Amino acid sequence: MNNHAHIDEHRDDEGAKTGMWIFIFTELLLFGGLFIVYSVYRYLNPMAFHLAAEELDVVVGTVNTVILLVSSMTIAMAITSIQLKNKKLTLILMGVTILLAIIFMVNKYFEWTGKISHGIFPGSEILHQSSQGEILFFGLYYAMTGLHALHIVIGVGFIAYVMWLVKTDDVKHDDYVILENSALYWHLVDLIWIFLFPLFYLIT
Amino acid sequence: MDNGQHTHIVKYSTFVWILIILLVLTFSSVAITQLDLGVYTVTGALLFASVKSVIVLMYFMHLKFDKKFYAIMMAGIALLLTSVIIVTFLDYLYR
Repeated sequence: MNNHAHIDEHRDDEGAKTGMWIFIFTELLLFGGLFIVYSVYRYLNPMAFHLAAEELDVVVGTVNTVILLVSSMTIAMAITSIQLKNKKLTLILMGVTILLAIIFMVNKYFEWTGKISHGIFPGSEILHQSSQGEILFFGLYYAMTGLHALHIVIGVGFIAYVMWLVKTDDVKHDDYVILENSALYWHLVDLIWIFLFPLFYLIT
Repeated sequence: MDNGQHTHIVKYSTFVWILIILLVLTFSSVAITQLDLGVYTVTGALLFASVKSVIVLMYFMHLKFDKKFYAIMMAGIALLLTSVIIVTFLDYLYR
């Protein structure tokens, strides 16, 4: 101990990470439940789901998948770079992650507004005239991709906050568990999209 | 982390390779679902998604380098979800 009245801050990296993982498990169960709802309704209305899924653009879905995968890589690299004490590169990699997230959201905006302008949205006239299966498909499409998009927005906020901590040296090469946790959260968002993409865009 | 435990630093190049593998798997899954494989389309697409998620969990989410405890818990959750899906479908298929 030195002479300064220095109180060691309580720190439990392992505990912080375990807490994050437990939160991730609850998120997986939440989306898992939605996936089960989707699969059961798909099983009960195969034709309607087939027709409705044809409406979605595979290209937009693929582009967004690529964007999320690249952003997952950049945030993973940010951890390597903070471990190597490269603060500037860490900030750049985190910034790129946020930028990619925003591009994802812009794509999502055009995709949703495209659907809405065609009169396909919950409660619309056109959907009311469609079969029950198609109503279910688009209901689940908006609910599940919407909930996923909400996670993207929260992820952007979380990563931006950690970026600030990196900038002010509150997160550095020997103390970066919050950066690891924000990265874990971002990978979770990627993980969910890995399943949303084939279920909504690929399987027709 | 500087608390006596060894820290595993993953190389940048490892992440680049992982991304390339994930992109190849993504484009392959797009390609196979464009073919008319009938019921196997769903199986194929979900198989690709599962392989991709395992790679994300192992490398991006560091499960391969972290304590085994996290990987075991994750496997438990995957098992729980799969069993619930199987039980639900057994119910719908044989009721």
